[in-house]
Amino acid sequence: MNKYTISGSPHVHSTENTQKVMIRVILALIPALLVAFYYFGWPALRLTVISVAVCLLTEWLIQKFLIKGPVTIKDGSAALTGLLLAFNVPANLPIWMIIVGSVVAIGIGKMAFGGLGKNPFNPALVGRVFMLVSFPTAMTTWPPTSPLFHFGPIQDAVTGPTPLGLLKENVKNGMTVDEIMASDEFIPFVNQVLGNHGGSFGEVCAIALLLGAIYLICRKVIDIWTPLTILLTVFVFTGICHLVDPTRFIAPWYHLVYGGLILGAFFMATDMVTSPMTTQGKILFGFGIGVITVVIRLWGAYPEGVSFAILIMNALTPLINKAFKPKVFGVVKPSKK
Amino acid sequence: MNPIKTFKKGGVHPEENKLSADQPIQDFPMPKQIIVPLGQCLGAPAECIVNKGDRVLTGQLIGTAKGFISANVHSPATGTVAKVDVVMDHTGYYKPAVFIDREEQDEWAEGIIETDELLTEIKLDSKQIIDKVKECGIVGMGGATFPTHVKLMVPEGKKAEYVIINAAECEPYLTCDYRLLLEKTQEFLMGVKILMKAVGTDKGIIGIETNKMKAIELLDKTINEHKDLYAGIEVQPLKTKYPQGGEKQIIKAITGREVPSGKLPIETGCVVVNVASTYAVYEAVQKNKPLIERIVTVTGKSVKKPGNFRVRFGVPADLLIEAAGGLPEDITDVINGGPMMGKSVSVTSFPTMKGTSGILLMTLHEAQDRRQTNCIRCGRCAKACPMGLQPFLLHKVAKLNDFDETEKNHIMDCIECGSCEFTCPANIPLLDYIRYGKAKTGAIIKARNQK
Amino acid sequence: MSTTLLISLAVLGVLGGLLAVVLYFVAQKFKVEENPLIDEAEACLPGANCGGCGFAGCRALAEACVKQAAEKGNIDGLACPGTDMGKVAAVLGLTAGTFEPKIAVVRCNGSCQNSPAKVHYEGADICAFASTLYAGKGGCSKGCMGLGDCVKKCNFGALHIDKETGLPVVDPDKCVGCGVCARTCPRGIIEIRPRGKKDRRVYVCCSNTDKGALVIKNCSAGCIGCQKCLKECPFEAIEMRGNLAYIDPAKCKACGKCAKVCPRGSIHAVNFPTPKAETPKELQGAEPAEKAQPKPVAQPVETKTNVEPENTVTA
Repeated sequence: MNKYTISGSPHVHSTENTQKVMIRVILALIPALLVAFYYFGWPALRLTVISVAVCLLTEWLIQKFLIKGPVTIKDGSAALTGLLLAFNVPANLPIWMIIVGSVVAIGIGKMAFGGLGKNPFNPALVGRVFMLVSFPTAMTTWPPTSPLFHFGPIQDAVTGPTPLGLLKENVKNGMTVDEIMASDEFIPFVNQVLGNHGGSFGEVCAIALLLGAIYLICRKVIDIWTPLTILLTVFVFTGICHLVDPTRFIAPWYHLVYGGLILGAFFMATDMVTSPMTTQGKILFGFGIGVITVVIRLWGAYPEGVSFAILIMNALTPLINKAFKPKVFGVVKPSKK
Repeated sequence: MNPIKTFKKGGVHPEENKLSADQPIQDFPMPKQIIVPLGQCLGAPAECIVNKGDRVLTGQLIGTAKGFISANVHSPATGTVAKVDVVMDHTGYYKPAVFIDREEQDEWAEGIIETDELLTEIKLDSKQIIDKVKECGIVGMGGATFPTHVKLMVPEGKKAEYVIINAAECEPYLTCDYRLLLEKTQEFLMGVKILMKAVGTDKGIIGIETNKMKAIELLDKTINEHKDLYAGIEVQPLKTKYPQGGEKQIIKAITGREVPSGKLPIETGCVVVNVASTYAVYEAVQKNKPLIERIVTVTGKSVKKPGNFRVRFGVPADLLIEAAGGLPEDITDVINGGPMMGKSVSVTSFPTMKGTSGILLMTLHEAQDRRQTNCIRCGRCAKACPMGLQPFLLHKVAKLNDFDETEKNHIMDCIECGSCEFTCPANIPLLDYIRYGKAKTGAIIKARNQK
Repeated sequence: MSTTLLISLAVLGVLGGLLAVVLYFVAQKFKVEENPLIDEAEACLPGANCGGCGFAGCRALAEACVKQAAEKGNIDGLACPGTDMGKVAAVLGLTAGTFEPKIAVVRCNGSCQNSPAKVHYEGADICAFASTLYAGKGGCSKGCMGLGDCVKKCNFGALHIDKETGLPVVDPDKCVGCGVCARTCPRGIIEIRPRGKKDRRVYVCCSNTDKGALVIKNCSAGCIGCQKCLKECPFEAIEMRGNLAYIDPAKCKACGKCAKVCPRGSIHAVNFPTPKAETPKELQGAEPAEKAQPKPVAQPVETKTNVEPENTVTA
């Protein structure tokens, strides 16, 4: 006869677990990976595989030999970090750099705080920002897309800027937005959406990312609120700027598809560990990210600011969580008098 | 049919698994000896008033309520008291109980009407009804076993507007209330009428989840056929969502009112009574029959013959399991009650009691391998909490024994429904810690109030 | 260049000097006059702030000692369970009452072997919670849950759960007898008892007050209330509490006779010399009196020694 199990209620449990959540997010990123493969060829795939493998290895080594605790690489969170990190780098990044970045992402961004669930910052972004400030040239030199499968090494000589970098540089040099848009270098809106332009290889194609995002929202893995407010804030903010001075500020819809905004809004800002829990909190969080992103994009030193914006708001998450608590059933706020 | 209502905040939807829904209620044959526990309700156990060797009749009082929250215990059979001793209840603790060697023939105690006929005339007045309910030892039979007469006594200055019958049966698997509604419809409706008279209101609302359409239709039909008799009684369909049958949730769903934190439901003018208890009230008031039996659902995915049994109290649970086709081999969890709020069973020989709504046999596969992982702060628990609490936070502070913080975060409002733990992707035993914190915090608050 | 350096030096130097003066005045203004004796008394105490004395922490006890010493000229009734209060008394220029060192004893021997598990527990590792769910793995409703509430609460690291037996073990070297564990245990299994002369003590290693028949069902080492020990005791130190024998430490002279007659091996006599018949050759040479002194170091794990008398009796 079996020994009966004694446990507190409830005795049934939803079939949901952390691993499933992580796998769903990874699945949602697959279309973007395929697009990246299409435009950038093997180098993109190679970087992804290395990044994921190094992340898993780092976590395993730390858990096995440093913490000497249970090994949890199977939960998929390290793999996801690796994937997101790879998505945030140019396709021609030297391999040793992505290895360093992955080790930093997992070692410092995650395990130093105690592992999954205890990190205050999104580990992939920690890794990315570390690389951005350590290897600024390599991290901001993007290879152009090659429309078909590309097997040979990417030629550094023909690297092109991202749309955002182009915009920023030229506006600084005194060109008007219309002049930039008329120039040869400018990439049409359609190419932006499809991903046929330079940039970190995971973030180029808005459609593929949105496809994954829709899947995640349908499976209730992520909440729509954070990404929605980020996009809305960016749209409204850049829209106002555009109305005030159309010669210096490009139309808001370009901002939405430029750079890492979609990837950041749907896949990084929605990271459960580092984002607020309540809907109000999520809205404030998204608003903050939107504002900081636009400020950095339009007036900051870097052409792109999504990573910094998310990291800054990550730091505020505990505070937001404290400020926005759900309303307790049957508790009425004591009215004054 | 009225439009479907529900409570808004939180909630989950576990697999319903109402396997025994189509099984008619069977009378369960009594064994030679029955063991009647004296503590069958929330609060103090009853005080035994019989001695070894005494002959007791069916329905005779054998234990009197001790204290305000306590209920009488009656003999479920005719026979001789073999001993007054202790018996292991489902938790494995020894509890005082009366052992009765049964005689073959039931001999009912004086004044009890044994026939099945429907008595529609309510002779007693409000006060007499409540006294009768108290005398007959009726408790909330949904599992919490709170004495019903205490609920019916509307405190001075308060007015009961609605009698709400909790027929949601939101617990997966359980079907005992549903079967009772189908098979004893008229008696049940009379019970509602009696309750309405007891608390002095003309509105009675029966809340039923929409997964029991048959019962909703049958009740609607019966009420329409006897419009004069059942005037004021309404059937309110509710969305199938756990914990729809929580007292506070059902009030919110039906009336839109929120029971204030730390207050009783009567603050909102509602008295909520369970289906089985309502039927028991009918039996008590109209037939003078004390509470000595109930419907028990014996079920489980690998159980051969899941069923609903009318069982006298004191029948050992393993006989019921035997009747449902025996204990399947792959069983690792035996639950007294439903899967969401029921209690784990240490020994299957425990006697059935007033609160035994079901005996659920679960396999390892279903009970899940609960490997705990780190909290990923996804906030699903907070989203699922019907009380608007933050279970992840309560879990943490309870673990740290910080009982100031638990109190500040309203741990005492937790209804222990288990939605948080159900939904947690990290398999953290949230409710275990919250219960622990609640018990400790409650003790601290009590000690402070006594000062 | 040099002027810039000089200016910065001058500015910072002046600023530093000014702030130092401000700090001095602030310190003077908010100075709290404290009796230096409090610091001295506190230094005698363990500093673990366990609360075993009944005060919020060691400093609070030290303050209370100083206050009472000044008012009444004694420190009676104030005692740290982990320290010789004589030291504190000496600091305060008084003589303290005799201090009896105490130790926590676990009054349950329902190990995995003696009380085999009938069910399997999954859930929060809190004894206080688990005991609301069920009686216990072995079925004994008064026995140890083995989830270690006491271990978590111990400020001195003196407790750990023995993996083999599933029971908490007191490290006699580390235990100061503060009693936090005894107050934590939801079943009141842990008792604070005097360490006894030469560290020898005799106690009933069971907390079950149920009838013998119910105890036997669940545990092979539980007290069944047969009262043999009661009759055997020459000092009338044993009394019955329900169906459980209790040895009054005030009356017990640690003769160990009761442990020998107990049919269940429930009475544990700790740190007694091993009976000669069973002692292996090498150990026999050691003098019992000599052995008793370094014993705690040699055998830090209590239950290990506890099991022995049981075996010898049944053998």
